[in-house]
Amino acid sequence: MKEQLQKDFENIIRNLNLSQKDIEIKKFCLDNFIDKGFPNRKNEDWKFSDLNQIIKKNIGELSFYSDYTFTNKIDTSIFVDGLEHNKIVFINGRIEKIDFNYEKKEQIEIIDQSETINKFNAKNSLSDLNNAFTNKSFKILVKNGYKLIKPLIIYHTTTSKIWSKNINLKLDFELDKNSSLRVIDYFNDTSKKNFINIFYNFDLKENSILKNYKLDKFQNDNIKYFFNNIEQEKNSISETFILSSGSNFLKNEINCDLNGEYASAFVNGIFSLNNNNHHEIRTTINHLTENTKSYQLIKSVLEKNSNAVYQGKIFVNSDAQKTDGYQLSKAILLDKESEFNAKPELEIYADDVKCSHGSASGSLNEDSIFYLMSRGLSYQQSRELLINGFLLDVVEKITDSEIKNLIKNMIGIKE
Amino acid sequence: MRDKQIEDLKEYKYGFTTDIENIRAPKGLNEDIIKFISKVKKEPDWMLSFRLKAFERFKQLKEPNWQKPKYPKIDYQDLYYYSAPKSMKNKPNSLDELDPKLLETYKKLGIPLEEQKRLNGIAVDAVFDSVSVATTFREELTKHGIIFCPISEAIQNHPELVKKYLGSVIPTTDHFFATLNSAVFTDGSFAYIPEGVRCPMELSTYFRINASKTGQFERTLIVADKGSYVSYLEGCTAPMRDENQLHAANVELVALDDAEIKYSTVQNWYPGDKDGKGGIYNFVTKRGLCKGKNSKISWTQVETGSAITWKYPSCILRGDNSVGEFYSIAITNNHQKADTGTKMIHLGKNTKSKIISKGISAGNSDMTYRGLVDISPKANNSTNYTQCDSLLMGNKCGAHTVPYIRNKNSESNIAHEATTSKISEDQLHYCQQRGLNPEEAVGLIVNGFCKEVLQQLPMEFAVEAQKLVGISLEGSVG
Repeated sequence: MKEQLQKDFENIIRNLNLSQKDIEIKKFCLDNFIDKGFPNRKNEDWKFSDLNQIIKKNIGELSFYSDYTFTNKIDTSIFVDGLEHNKIVFINGRIEKIDFNYEKKEQIEIIDQSETINKFNAKNSLSDLNNAFTNKSFKILVKNGYKLIKPLIIYHTTTSKIWSKNINLKLDFELDKNSSLRVIDYFNDTSKKNFINIFYNFDLKENSILKNYKLDKFQNDNIKYFFNNIEQEKNSISETFILSSGSNFLKNEINCDLNGEYASAFVNGIFSLNNNNHHEIRTTINHLTENTKSYQLIKSVLEKNSNAVYQGKIFVNSDAQKTDGYQLSKAILLDKESEFNAKPELEIYADDVKCSHGSASGSLNEDSIFYLMSRGLSYQQSRELLINGFLLDVVEKITDSEIKNLIKNMIGIKE
Repeated sequence: MRDKQIEDLKEYKYGFTTDIENIRAPKGLNEDIIKFISKVKKEPDWMLSFRLKAFERFKQLKEPNWQKPKYPKIDYQDLYYYSAPKSMKNKPNSLDELDPKLLETYKKLGIPLEEQKRLNGIAVDAVFDSVSVATTFREELTKHGIIFCPISEAIQNHPELVKKYLGSVIPTTDHFFATLNSAVFTDGSFAYIPEGVRCPMELSTYFRINASKTGQFERTLIVADKGSYVSYLEGCTAPMRDENQLHAANVELVALDDAEIKYSTVQNWYPGDKDGKGGIYNFVTKRGLCKGKNSKISWTQVETGSAITWKYPSCILRGDNSVGEFYSIAITNNHQKADTGTKMIHLGKNTKSKIISKGISAGNSDMTYRGLVDISPKANNSTNYTQCDSLLMGNKCGAHTVPYIRNKNSESNIAHEATTSKISEDQLHYCQQRGLNPEEAVGLIVNGFCKEVLQQLPMEFAVEAQKLVGISLEGSVG
């Protein structure tokens, strides 16, 4: 892998117009990655999902360089219907379109950030990989007081042109005071066996609101890692919803720092897995100052030899009095081969806090099924009804009604 | 009078040293020392090879460092692995021959070894540094066919039992400290309850570290044969010293069909002084195997002492319908650190486990609950219920919860709950309004918080433990 990495790295550098300093930073990241390799189970954070093994087993050898000189044709049929939205379109890792047609142009600034500044002090080697190989990265700045009229949908599309490739994406968002933004990440893959490595950074200034919905719905053979870093200042709110379903492997990682008073973070997630899929959500919520709040709810429905992992950590430092932290994960295992692993963690150094977590896993309640069947439903119908109700709970947590309906339709959940 | 009592309690009252002549093995850890220990204990060859095998393996192992409380590197070559009172060289046949200084020591600790002085029937095996000095009520127990003796005696007198079960739950190929113990363990208790016998009294071991620069490595093995029942208590104390002393024990429990073992610990090793100097490193491996059908193992622990407590009493639920329970109170004050919890490994069908853990941290201390619940694909219809609550006093201490939950069986259910909070002002106010001073009020509330676990202790211990809970938190209010 080392030769491949070095060869591809040289190709990248040749095609990018970088300053000597940037090249050095990239080189440093590359060396770090070569040194550490893909994370494996010896790393506590990857204990339940050994990425190194998963890549070896499902992809084999990866290549890291993509030629971005040619534009890809955008297939408009993939666009979400029935919801007016702004767009950013990635095809095979290349940014094809940035379109904020519904918004006031002067209120949004898009900054081309080709220079790499390592914002992600994540301990894992994937951030190094990302830094070394990202081609172009943009910063989207929402200006003071501006609330976007329409949501932004980021299309992550891959086509059958690529295989055994590693794609690295990076986006940086800054929400200035009193602004708000809704972002939907929408995956659509027709490619097979690629490893997609995405890093987002969000800076939330005072009173800003971020709503981020990640929708991985369609069945595909790719392996994905998605890291969100969220920095929150006073009174800011972040809401993250994850639908984790389609990819062969997907790990969503969220690191949220509540730096300002009264900042709050909400993470809700659904695992709906089958066909040997292995998905993970790992969250770290850092309560760093007084009066902050976090709420997490993760529900899983697992069948056909699937594996879901939830690692959630609430960290409360000693200054963060009056913290309110809550975390709940529930799983239904529908067959014998499926597996649910959880590590809900509390690390608390302040005494005046209210923190709790709960985790439950088990089978569908036979009594409930019996009840429904005695009312005339078939077994299949009863089962669907119960699962529907189980997941509805999470979807109802979505505060944006437009997007809530979109997601409900997408996964076929009825009220 | 009351104030004086409280004043007395504040000091670690077991902190005295017994001035007694010791025989020690030279410092250091090597094959010769192991051979020496084996020779002193007059062990058969198979035992020596068991130790040497463990030592071979130990040499390849690296000290783990994933735990939360970090400690300065231990120099394993700078420890004494064997220390015994000189008078114990030839084991006395009766208490009359026992060194009066030893008798005095145990009297001071509140564990009189003279049987007639005991009101309640508890058979005690007293372990002093590396040897067992006395075991009480042996005749009474023998009548029921129960074997209760130091493990070094069991190795000689009941080799077939020891050979069969020693290392069957904690093999010589286990982790770092367990393997070290397998190589150098000196003494401990052995109990065998024959088929169908309900042990008429509580069995108990009292561990005392006396000599300095000595590691205590005891090994306890309890086997409950089909349909038997035993309740076992363990207590421990050590003198106050500036240095940190290592205590790395192994405890193995084996429960056959329909048997039940109840293992209770009140751990009160010297916790170090207010600035965190000295104290015992309590790195213990405790594991129970529910080997037979319908068997049950229940761990109850009250952890108040030790500078660092690092242990996970575990249950392997292999037999169908077997039950594992874990009740724990862990209290840390001043600079104490604890990383404790349990593992419940469900292998058999219809197995059940229950975990109740209460952690209280005060002062500058740090407390972690770490636990594993693992339901294997074959463990149909198994259930686990876990509850871990932490109470924080002051903003310099920490409380952490790190549960690992693995469910690989769709017919099984796992429920886990954890909360962290502080003592509510309302409760304190209410108690104080009714005339309790703040410390009493806290004591009362904490006792209520721990009640679920305290109830699990045998009567004699419960009272002791309740007192201990109060004492450990002295000075943490305000």
